[in-house]
Amino acid sequence: MRSFTYERARTPAEAAATATRRPGARFIAGGTNLLDLMKLEIEAPTHLIDVNGLALDRIEPTPDGCLRIGALVRNTDLAADARVRRDYGVLSRALLAGASGQLRNKATTAGNLLQRTRCPYFYDTNQPCNKRRPGSGCAAIGGFGRQHAVVGASEACIATHPSDMAVAMRVLDARVETVRPDGPARTIPIADLHRLPGDTPHVETSLSPGELITAVTLPRPVGGTHIYRKVRDRASYAFALVSVAAIVQRDGSGRVALGGVAHKPWRIEAAEAAMPRGARAVTAELLSGARPTQENAFKLPLVERTLGAVLTEAKG
Amino acid sequence: MQGPSDFELSRRKLLLGTAASVALTAAPSIVKAQTPAAPGHATVAASAISNVSFNVNGRMREATLDPRTTLLDALREHLHLTGTKKGCDHGQCGACTVMVGGRRINSCLTLAVMHEGDSITTIEGLGTPENLHPMQAAFVEHDGYQCGYCTPGQICSAVAMLDEIKAGIPSHVSDDLNTPPQLTNAELRERMSGNICRCGAYSNIAEAISEVAGRQA
Repeated sequence: MRSFTYERARTPAEAAATATRRPGARFIAGGTNLLDLMKLEIEAPTHLIDVNGLALDRIEPTPDGCLRIGALVRNTDLAADARVRRDYGVLSRALLAGASGQLRNKATTAGNLLQRTRCPYFYDTNQPCNKRRPGSGCAAIGGFGRQHAVVGASEACIATHPSDMAVAMRVLDARVETVRPDGPARTIPIADLHRLPGDTPHVETSLSPGELITAVTLPRPVGGTHIYRKVRDRASYAFALVSVAAIVQRDGSGRVALGGVAHKPWRIEAAEAAMPRGARAVTAELLSGARPTQENAFKLPLVERTLGAVLTEAKG
Repeated sequence: MQGPSDFELSRRKLLLGTAASVALTAAPSIVKAQTPAAPGHATVAASAISNVSFNVNGRMREATLDPRTTLLDALREHLHLTGTKKGCDHGQCGACTVMVGGRRINSCLTLAVMHEGDSITTIEGLGTPENLHPMQAAFVEHDGYQCGYCTPGQICSAVAMLDEIKAGIPSHVSDDLNTPPQLTNAELRERMSGNICRCGAYSNIAEAISEVAGRQA
């Protein structure tokens, strides 16, 4: 691990200001992803701003019936919150499908959103990777591509976003609240938080330098049956090959988002109009323009079958 | 406060230690390092060394550390509590599991300096050879190991896991999110999936945990 200096932030605004002023500074909260990457020197911050002391660890209802989740709420606490279990079951289910008990106890809401890809070529510092070293190339293309993206990828990067939680938040239309050092607080629809790789896969989110996530707000409950179904190589403690987050209403209408298939949680609102027509129709819309590799072409039928199972389950 | 013993001092650590001594002259307290530096005045040396104090197994401990030191390394190398094991050092195996504030975490994926004032329980704090914790006794009774390397992590994880069930925290395999979870075999295995045993003693581990849970119920 490279040497760094360390400080504990006292307010979100101060943390954001320090992060902007000091090049090479990073926020640290749970640390479960950042420290892993620092040990491999994939991440090498010169200054760490510990945000754990900021009072951002509460889950509170808002006056207009939404639920505001502090950025530092741990994954375990979010999954176990009675309001989340009752009104946003897809989120509880997604959180519980990710990582291990130990990691969920430490990992935070904002950190989960900002975790980095588990592409093996991103992790292997002997390989070119446009995320790790912009312009160096992508070893995943033509490499071992079983885990990689089938939609929304580019010639520069075919990595997937690893979060389960973010897929559920995408289907719930969550809003991400931030503070910026040089401007007012702002709210980013989760659809706009993560970027597609394009020519700049190292720019993973729409956050500006030093911008700090302070909360994620879930809109008023929409009812329906909440399902998160994750397909992976082992029964527990593995990243998704494909996952489906769905909210299905009694009349067959609803929402659906996919994990494991793209550089960000994958939701196409147009696909949802096809929900009453079944999994094949929805999948055709969701994966329109898909460009799988030989090794991950299995994800296309896997999405359709997983979605089929979810829609069947939703009918009860 | 104990530092690493002499034979463990590498050239790199020695050089860092020297730099830290110099830094201490210039910046006598860590508080100074916490004050945001003015632009262009960031001094690496100012916090190339950090002080942290926390409660380990009921006793206040202090350590002066390079901020890179993980909680795991602080426990093992500085406090010489070697019961907690380093397996993968990347949060994948669970051998380093300890409890912080009663919650199980991977001590390899957190920095010691991030635990100022925290209460930490390691395997040494659960029981002693003369007075085993019930979970330790159950692992012995059910032969819940072969080589034993993952065992301290398994036991810390299991103790905290039973508390998570008592607290009503659901799991991936819970049928209903809104009813209290029960400790079925499927629940136990899902909840313990962050602790890997290369010897494959899982069935005996499961029996040991089930026995303790049964007694608790």
